[in-house]
Amino acid sequence: MTDELATLPASAPLIDVRHLSKSFGESMVLRDISFSVYKGDVLTIIGPSGGGKSTLLRCVTHLETVSGGTILIGGDAMVRDGVYAEKKALRRICLRMGLVFQNFNLFPHFSVLRNITEAQIHVLRRTSAEARATAMGLLEKMGLAQKANAYPCELSGGQQQRVSIARALALDPDILFFDEPTSALDPELTGEILRVIRALAAVHMTMVIVTHEMAFARDVSDRTLFIDGGLIIEDAPSRQLFDAPLQNRTKAFLSRMTNE
Amino acid sequence: MDWLATFLHAPWLPQLLEGTGVTLQLFCWTLVLSIPLSIPIALGRMSKFWPLRQLVNVYLLVIRGTPLMLQLIFVFFAPYYLSVYLVKLGLLSTPLQTPDRFTAAVFAFVINYAAYFSEIFRGGIESIPKGQYEAGQVLGFTRPQVFFRIVLPQVVKRVIPASANEVITLVKDTALAQVLGVLEVFTLAKKSASSNVSVMPLIAAGIIYFILNWVVSWAFIRIEKKLDYYR
Repeated sequence: MTDELATLPASAPLIDVRHLSKSFGESMVLRDISFSVYKGDVLTIIGPSGGGKSTLLRCVTHLETVSGGTILIGGDAMVRDGVYAEKKALRRICLRMGLVFQNFNLFPHFSVLRNITEAQIHVLRRTSAEARATAMGLLEKMGLAQKANAYPCELSGGQQQRVSIARALALDPDILFFDEPTSALDPELTGEILRVIRALAAVHMTMVIVTHEMAFARDVSDRTLFIDGGLIIEDAPSRQLFDAPLQNRTKAFLSRMTNE
Repeated sequence: MDWLATFLHAPWLPQLLEGTGVTLQLFCWTLVLSIPLSIPIALGRMSKFWPLRQLVNVYLLVIRGTPLMLQLIFVFFAPYYLSVYLVKLGLLSTPLQTPDRFTAAVFAFVINYAAYFSEIFRGGIESIPKGQYEAGQVLGFTRPQVFFRIVLPQVVKRVIPASANEVITLVKDTALAQVLGVLEVFTLAKKSASSNVSVMPLIAAGIIYFILNWVVSWAFIRIEKKLDYYR
């Protein structure tokens, strides 16, 4: 965790999104999105495909440029009223966030170990010994220490996803984002990933997770956002949202998901 | 095995081997210069800045749309004739010297082959999934780092088969340097053939090209195997 966090008042959210909007050309994909995430919280984002969940995640992690609104990360403005911070500040802010992709996006030409050490060495300027130690520690935790010298193509989907989680964690992010981390996996492999995320939640890693795993979302997260049509339809503590949703659209979505 | 002895003792053979040296120099210089040059050209072709993109497009159209032999002649003679024109206009005091034949040939080959290689590289660069760039960006790599550490090494693997074709063609295309009188193997073989009234030198030249390309193919198979450690 960085020093900036220590100076942050306990009441201030780690992620603060206000009135975020995003359009691709003519079509509005996100409208007036506001939510916040506190340190140690786990937030899940659910909703139908094409509803804007992934776009929201990509906006907050700066893979997409917002059309308007404000995003504060640890109190620092990544974008304020649609105006982005200057390049250096933006880079520093983005380094506080890690992202785990649906398709893992490991670097196929690097070994598992090098996938995890490369950014530590060339972005954080750690020595290769330090980077290696961090990587091996994380692989140990993921149960993949014996795969350090393997290449991504030699691993199962679940193992690849664990490596990509380790790769993100190696940079000590304050917040870890997951974009449908189990959607590209065979059903029997989703369990191992969900276990890893649960373990991270147990040590109070701040996480934002876009997922279709309803039971998992209900269990693991403190709060859940239901997004449809580019709007936050419901934002509530997870138990409440899943067990007693207030909005009809949430109810309809949840019953559809559980009937499948 | 009489014919083999005659062949190996043929008076023109040492000359032909010397020409092979020139052919190899032409080949190596072209490769060493055109491949690095092709990467910025490929990036220019993909640039969001349209004047640059158009400029590269025109270059590719001209180079790929005209014979390499014509380009060789142009590179050799153009400096003199264009400068004569500039002298007339008063923009230059004396006309430029005609360049050295070998240098002119290398220059033309580099310009020509960089065009073809750049299109191969562009295809390779565009085939790398967007997720690789995004993963690099999210991990904090700068754009040049993403390109040189993550994208380019993967591109190299993908362009090897198409490049092998191009390199094999280059071995044979060096024969075109004869139009500038560069003393490469084909020029010398033709000369020996007419002075000795024999097709043997030409057959020998054919064998030499064949062996060179055999080595090239073998080298590419080795490179492909070496890069086979990942998908």
